[in-house]
Amino acid sequence: MQKYDLVVIGGGPAGMAAALQAKEDGVKKILILERAATLGGILEQCIHAGFGLHYFGEELTGPEYAHRFIEQVEQTDIEVKVDTMVLEIRTGNIVIATNAVDGMLEIHATAIILAMGCRERPRGALDIPGSRASGIMTAGTAQKYVNIDGYMPGKKIVILGSGDIGLIMARRMTLEGAKVEMVCELMPFSGGLQRNIVQCLEDMGIPLKLSCTVIQTHGIERLEGVTIANVDENRRPIPGTEQYVECDTLLLSVGLIPENELTRMAGIIIDPVTNGAVVDENRQTSRPGIFACGNVLQVHDLVDYVTQESQIAGAGAAAYIKNKPKGRNRYVSVKGQSGVRYVVPQNINENTDKDVKLYFRVADVYRNARILVESDGKVLYNKKKPKLAPGEMEYVVVKADDIHALQKKELVVRLEVQK
Amino acid sequence: MIREMICVSCPIGCALRVELDDSGKVLSVSGNTRKRGEKYAIDECTNPVRMLTSTVKVNGGSLPVVPVKTSKPIPKGKMFECMAAINNEVVDAPIKLGDVLISNVCDTGADIVATNEV
Repeated sequence: MQKYDLVVIGGGPAGMAAALQAKEDGVKKILILERAATLGGILEQCIHAGFGLHYFGEELTGPEYAHRFIEQVEQTDIEVKVDTMVLEIRTGNIVIATNAVDGMLEIHATAIILAMGCRERPRGALDIPGSRASGIMTAGTAQKYVNIDGYMPGKKIVILGSGDIGLIMARRMTLEGAKVEMVCELMPFSGGLQRNIVQCLEDMGIPLKLSCTVIQTHGIERLEGVTIANVDENRRPIPGTEQYVECDTLLLSVGLIPENELTRMAGIIIDPVTNGAVVDENRQTSRPGIFACGNVLQVHDLVDYVTQESQIAGAGAAAYIKNKPKGRNRYVSVKGQSGVRYVVPQNINENTDKDVKLYFRVADVYRNARILVESDGKVLYNKKKPKLAPGEMEYVVVKADDIHALQKKELVVRLEVQK
Repeated sequence: MIREMICVSCPIGCALRVELDDSGKVLSVSGNTRKRGEKYAIDECTNPVRMLTSTVKVNGGSLPVVPVKTSKPIPKGKMFECMAAINNEVVDAPIKLGDVLISNVCDTGADIVATNEV
């Protein structure tokens, strides 16, 4: 069995930032295990610009953002195994992995960081009637075909879902000569960033149809068209609004799901809303010594926030390796209510020595709403925001002193919405 | 003339109303919450620019294409002309991040620069 102080599962932006932070904090033996052939994760195929505005203060493309971290990793003694698949995390923090060079690997780690990222929700999860014609794929799959493999998967495109990847691909396919007929969005608002609505759809003259979905696909061997329909407030198709749209390709951008198979197998408690692990302010999961960060913990809009979150996890793991804490942590629990769908972290150590940023998402689009953080009726934070939307992650900072002073070990983040 | 647009300089996404005279000069901007919304509206009405990213074909590399970007934002109206130039270009590996693959693309003053290594 091999021994490491820290094993990081996943070599995307989250895994790299976490490993680098742990290295900076003095952790000696670190190993990154990556399933793909290179470090960088999904950023390698996200060739558009807009990354790094918060973290680096400049606008980078995905590969450039990744490159900065890959270079840093290469300058350290952090070990990397690519083309390596982790199969299981066993009791006692033993990581079972496999690759073509080493065969089976059994690695004991003092601490583990989960940084496996997320996956796109596939067609099978949508129950759209129709045959399994070619030409139906997720937007991210099309992104890989165009940006990495260098070919176009179709000429006449309909996109279902207005998530950011769908919007980005609407522009990309148009620039490469395809005709993107429309983007259909089930909800009455887009989950994508405003900048992408303007620069990917409006710039390219692509209509965004809100409260609209695909109810049938046509074609046996190859997709020939789709039937779309408007939906009512319960997201049910409205009879009489059906419309046939000819297309050879349907791209799906209908949500991202954290890739937590390993986490579940390891018996780690999962938050049913985020589909990621329940963590404390150091991003430690319910299993001591196992941490989680990036899109495997909660789906982010901006990689800059992934980097920040992963540095927290890296520092948390480093402190764990150094101090080997024993006994149970005593937590203040954090919950989202009235308009706040979830909050990360879900727990805070009651004796935390730092102020804690609480990240959350709201359930709907709100204008001039107040964000409140309360405990036992006492208001710790109260701020008005001109606009809140589900597509934009928000955060508030709670002071360490305020957490120490809590009578009831519970914090609630909620919205007060103007009538 | 009145032009309506959504500001993208911050997540608020204000609905802007821009009043222009016949020569295209901006007379007034309203609807913005912040000062930078006014600048966005003026830029969008007088000289809209965009970063353009795409891929260039590579011979003999580890991958068939290399991602590229314009070295600075280019006029919005020149995006498709620049795409044609990018799609006509073929380069030989190895390509390093930052390599200039096309200089002064379509007289925009911007270069087409590799954003990864192949």
